[in-house]
Amino acid sequence: MESAEAETSDSRSEEDGAVPGSGFPPPEQPVAAAATMEDCLAKKMEITISEAEKRTGRNAVNMQETYTAYLIETRAVESQSEGQCAPVDSLWRRYSEFELLRNYLSVTYPHIVVPPLPEKRADFVWHKLSADNMDPDFVERRRIGLENFLLRVASHPVLCQDKIFYSFLTQESGWKEMVNETGFQLKADSRLKALNATFRVKNPDKRFTELKHYSDELQSVISHLLRVRARVADRLYGVYKVHGNYGRVFSEWSAIEKEMGDGLQSAGHHMDVYAASIDDILEEEEHYADQLKEYLFYAEALRAVCRKHELMQYDLEMAAQDLTSKKQQCEELATGTVRTFSLKGMTSKLFGQETPEQREAKIKVLEEQIQEGEEQLKSKNLEGRDFVKSAWADIERFKEQKNHDLKEALISYAVMQISMCKKGIQVWTNAKECFSKM
Amino acid sequence: MSGGAAGAPKPLPSSGPKSLREMPHPLATSSSEEMGPALTPSPDLLQPRSIADKDLSLPNGTPVDTSSPASSSSLLNRLQLDDDLDGETRDLFVTVDDPKKHVCTMETYITYRVTTKTTRAEFDLPEYSVRRRYQDFDWLRNKLEESQPTHLIPPLPEKFVVKGVVDRFSEEFVETRRKALDKFLKRITDHPVLSFNEHFNVFLTAKDLNTYKKQGMALLSKMGESVKYVTGGYKLRSRPLEFAAIGEYLDTFSLKLGTIDRIAQRIIKEQLEYLVELREYGPVYSTWGGLEVELAEPLEGVSACIGNCCTALEELSEDMTEDFLPVLREYILYSDSMKNVLKKRDQVQAEYEAKLEAVALKKEDRPKVPTDVEKCQDRVECFNADLKADMERWQNNKRQDFRQLLMGMADKNIQYYEKCLTAWESIIPLLQDKPETK
Repeated sequence: MESAEAETSDSRSEEDGAVPGSGFPPPEQPVAAAATMEDCLAKKMEITISEAEKRTGRNAVNMQETYTAYLIETRAVESQSEGQCAPVDSLWRRYSEFELLRNYLSVTYPHIVVPPLPEKRADFVWHKLSADNMDPDFVERRRIGLENFLLRVASHPVLCQDKIFYSFLTQESGWKEMVNETGFQLKADSRLKALNATFRVKNPDKRFTELKHYSDELQSVISHLLRVRARVADRLYGVYKVHGNYGRVFSEWSAIEKEMGDGLQSAGHHMDVYAASIDDILEEEEHYADQLKEYLFYAEALRAVCRKHELMQYDLEMAAQDLTSKKQQCEELATGTVRTFSLKGMTSKLFGQETPEQREAKIKVLEEQIQEGEEQLKSKNLEGRDFVKSAWADIERFKEQKNHDLKEALISYAVMQISMCKKGIQVWTNAKECFSKM
Repeated sequence: MSGGAAGAPKPLPSSGPKSLREMPHPLATSSSEEMGPALTPSPDLLQPRSIADKDLSLPNGTPVDTSSPASSSSLLNRLQLDDDLDGETRDLFVTVDDPKKHVCTMETYITYRVTTKTTRAEFDLPEYSVRRRYQDFDWLRNKLEESQPTHLIPPLPEKFVVKGVVDRFSEEFVETRRKALDKFLKRITDHPVLSFNEHFNVFLTAKDLNTYKKQGMALLSKMGESVKYVTGGYKLRSRPLEFAAIGEYLDTFSLKLGTIDRIAQRIIKEQLEYLVELREYGPVYSTWGGLEVELAEPLEGVSACIGNCCTALEELSEDMTEDFLPVLREYILYSDSMKNVLKKRDQVQAEYEAKLEAVALKKEDRPKVPTDVEKCQDRVECFNADLKADMERWQNNKRQDFRQLLMGMADKNIQYYEKCLTAWESIIPLLQDKPETK
């Protein structure tokens, strides 16, 4: 892992350097190992999104639009002097800026599984929750999701050191220009190229192929799970709510009963409680769904790394192919034999042999190209190896994080279920008590 | 034992005093005098003997009046026994079990074994075991209704079954029906008057019920006439307040029960739909587990846990379908029977009022009220007494049955949640079991 980190930081050494801002000391040397968990940004700075606000403004084409802005608050943590509290810095960002940041990160760090953003539109939700973007519940859940994204980036050993990320947190104006100046968009791969690579790579790395396969399956299984969970929640909601009708009818019935009346009346009250309890239960469960959703989107991030590897591999193979054909040409010219039937061979036969001088010159050019190509291939090979190394390191990190997070999520889910069962037992025990007095 | 019209009252006088003979229970006799006035109007206590003497000369020859003394007085007996000595004086035990399917060329039907154990002198043997089919129960109920018109006859489960919707020969259906038939006979057995009914005796003991049924045909036609005679054209002036109250009570009661029945069915439907989703939900975790290495076990655990919850839910819905719904249905039918008896009572009163009116018109004969009218008045009073006694018995049974039923419902739900709770609690250690915890 250490070696991989060394290489990654090496490759982006020009981005390191003094970072403005108080509580954040610049990395000591450019070639230093990437931040370990102890000195990553998350440990030096408290990051929260404390507020979300609906705003109306004009967009680029001067159209009225409504959007939600999020207040990011940061505060330096001084580990030495605990008594002192650093002042809180705050600034507003909107979702599209988060998107820009993430795009920038994923282009700039192709070998890293970049944490995903929360969903743009509510999806896979239990029916009672609104799917409206401006719905307060949705905005609140997205606020939590965005905060989580910032914390994920801030605690990532490599991403946390990014200058653009740092200014995203601390510099309200001019940030967009700064991002665009990095020219990251030029580095972005075109879709067509990526598609090409997928189909034409001859010697794919087995590990990456498997990983890609895994991320596909992960994505499909989690989305299936989320879909079914939403339906399960819907049905459970129905079961509880229908019990609420007992509340009404018991109370109506109790009016005509003498000895049974009181018991029925209070049992009816417990049925009302039972029916109402499901709202909180399912709202809490949405949090679990959000945790799963993050990994649904992580699967996409994982696949992006695989795709970038494919592209790299494709480039490498193309370069190697080019070199081989040049070498062959050169050999043909030198020996004067045409091994394969080619147009060139035909023309030379038809229009007579080139002069030796011409041939010499051609060979010379080709030899130069071959040398250049060889160097290029060498560097691409090196680059590829570096990529694989650092990508794999990050994937390992990701896997560990994933196992840890999902276990935690499952535990909290189980705890939720346990509390639901306990609530159910409580309500029915109370109701039984009332019935027994009838 | 002949079921002829003339013979009809014959066995009944013996059944009346019989239950009176039960009265010299030390506790019953001593306390009945204290409780008496509070529980039943004093005329009822005085009437029995005088009416028992008169009844043989009643024109209709119905056993109406014969049974009333027994019922109203032994009600007192019962009411006190219910509290402390329930069961001790029981001398007749009937159970319905062992359903068997009979396939003949003409029809396919189910018979049930009816086992009787008794110490009563009316029975030649202490134990009987006969096989009866639904038709026979139906016959018994009709006979009881004819011969004891002033009494509330417990309902039979519905005869009509929509073909195709319910499989008449399915195990669940037969079992549900068996329980209902068992309940039907038990309710008769527990009744101080009905349990001494001659037809009931025959039903429990006769080897060949069919021959007896044919004998009874003649009687049936006669009885039909008498019922018609009563029904003919009289309008009731005013229902006494207490019976009007009973009528109103029954209307509301059956309305509320109908609602509860619908709610219960809806809950079962929602639960089954929830179950369908849950059955899909669990295996998704299993599929996911197949993709993972470290998470395989926890995910499998969650899957198995959801499977356990499915089983628990299935049991809950089954219990609700098999135990809860039939009792509701029985009470809905029961209140219908009750309404019928109320109607008959109204008819008897109407008859009396009409006669009284006729007498009032012939004012000259005033000093001498015809015996016919007196008899009519007696009939009304006996009917009222029987009905009140039955209604009170019914109320008491109802309270106990619903107490048990609703407590059972609460218990089943508690058990369901407890099973789920155990399942979820058991996977917590599985989820926490990770050596590399930080």
